[in-house]
Amino acid sequence: MSLRGVRRSFCSPAEGTVEAVAGVDLAVAPGEFVALLGPSGCGKSTLLRILAGLDRQDAGEVLLDGRPPDLRPGSPTRTPIAYVFQDAHLLPWRDVLGNVALPLELLGHAGDRCRAAARVAVEQVGLADAGRRTPAQLSGGMRMRVSLARALVTGPRLLLLDEPFAALDEISRQGLDDQLRALWAATGMTVVFVTHSIAEATFLADRAVVLSHRPARVVLEHRLDLPARRDAELRADAAFARATGVLQEALRRGAEASAPVTPR
Amino acid sequence: MSGLFERIAPPVATFLIATLLAELAIRTLAVSPLLLPSPSAVGRAAWIYSGTLWPALATTAGAVVAGLAASTVVGILAAIALASSRWVERAFYPYAIFFQIVPIVAIAPLLVIWFGYGWRAVVAAAFIVSVFPVIANTLAGLRAVDPALLDLFRLYGAGRRARLVKLELPWALPNLFTGLRIAAGLAVIGAIVGEFVGGGGIGVVILEAMRQQRTDLVFAAILHASLLGLLLFAAVDGISRVALRRW
Repeated sequence: MSLRGVRRSFCSPAEGTVEAVAGVDLAVAPGEFVALLGPSGCGKSTLLRILAGLDRQDAGEVLLDGRPPDLRPGSPTRTPIAYVFQDAHLLPWRDVLGNVALPLELLGHAGDRCRAAARVAVEQVGLADAGRRTPAQLSGGMRMRVSLARALVTGPRLLLLDEPFAALDEISRQGLDDQLRALWAATGMTVVFVTHSIAEATFLADRAVVLSHRPARVVLEHRLDLPARRDAELRADAAFARATGVLQEALRRGAEASAPVTPR
Repeated sequence: MSGLFERIAPPVATFLIATLLAELAIRTLAVSPLLLPSPSAVGRAAWIYSGTLWPALATTAGAVVAGLAASTVVGILAAIALASSRWVERAFYPYAIFFQIVPIVAIAPLLVIWFGYGWRAVVAAAFIVSVFPVIANTLAGLRAVDPALLDLFRLYGAGRRARLVKLELPWALPNLFTGLRIAAGLAVIGAIVGEFVGGGGIGVVILEAMRQQRTDLVFAAILHASLLGLLLFAAVDGISRVALRRW
């Protein structure tokens, strides 16, 4: 997956033309876990939406397997992407299994196959006993697990996550980080994880890409030389602290960049 | 069971107390029964004319249910059409508002000209006054779909039909029921106004009682019409509770 010179601007009634992404170049290798780290509102989510094909860049090129993202209904060359949003965004009228099976239904798979695959995905995220519950009967952490299972059910080769655990308490967040890292290790999929948490980026990723304040530019690409197998103890490790220090410094430098605004 | 009692007891108690107070006030002040009959006189009229009132109520109820059913179907289809594009909404929504602002009393005679005397004109009147809340509320629900879920459906290549059936219509269901609750009351009003000119049902009982200066019977008929409105509201509310139990 690669981005070359990607730019994106928006028209805002209050601020005129706002540049969200300014010439980002980024390459992600198959099976790599990359964290996009940046301050709130810097354009990380815009970049992720462009990667998913949900938004279009004004300039530059996005290639997934050598082709631009393809989301056309029924297209045989559809890009096998999954996306996890900032909140769970579940359908309240469907139970857990129904929510998890939804992507397969939309892709046209048979009902029994959808339910069977949904059961497997729900087990993967540790919610095997909650299959018949509705979203209203779940905690915030459980709802995010369902959202993760919904993303995994299609067996995506590329998983994009947009600050998925930001709204959770620290314990739930760390639990889900552990689980996500284990799922990535088990499946070998490529993961791009957007976050504004330095500790989360350090714990999860092989490589952290630090973005500047809006408009997003790459300030630093930093390989995280930490053990492949990561657990709670790693968070107290000196190497972990050093890595977070490097990212902290890069974030500080990125925050000094101001947002150029073109008046309308 | 105690939940049901807690819901029903307060309004019933209010009704009983208000009725008792009205009875006492009307008797004490010796108000003419031609102007304002006492609740007991209204009850007596309802008992004596039950053979007229209940069949008339059944006729009105049939027209109300038919009008409301038509409003539901047409209202949902119209909302889907209006939600299909901003251009369609801008072009046609002002004309949908016509159903909201049209004075039904003024156009009821037209309905008789178009549909003839009888049931069809009454159903048309019930439909005209009750369709707009269904359109407006369903449209609001369709427009309020979570954008992230629309993205999710795009991501998995969902077509227009899958989006409508699996996302937009279920999402709009709470709004649809809000519209139906409003429409249920309006359909009763529309049907009775329709009956004033089109004939049949409680509307005709009210007109006849007025001509005979039987104010007690007018009140009894109004009470029956209110009962119909309440029952319809309760039915819609009950259906919505079942349909939205997972929300």
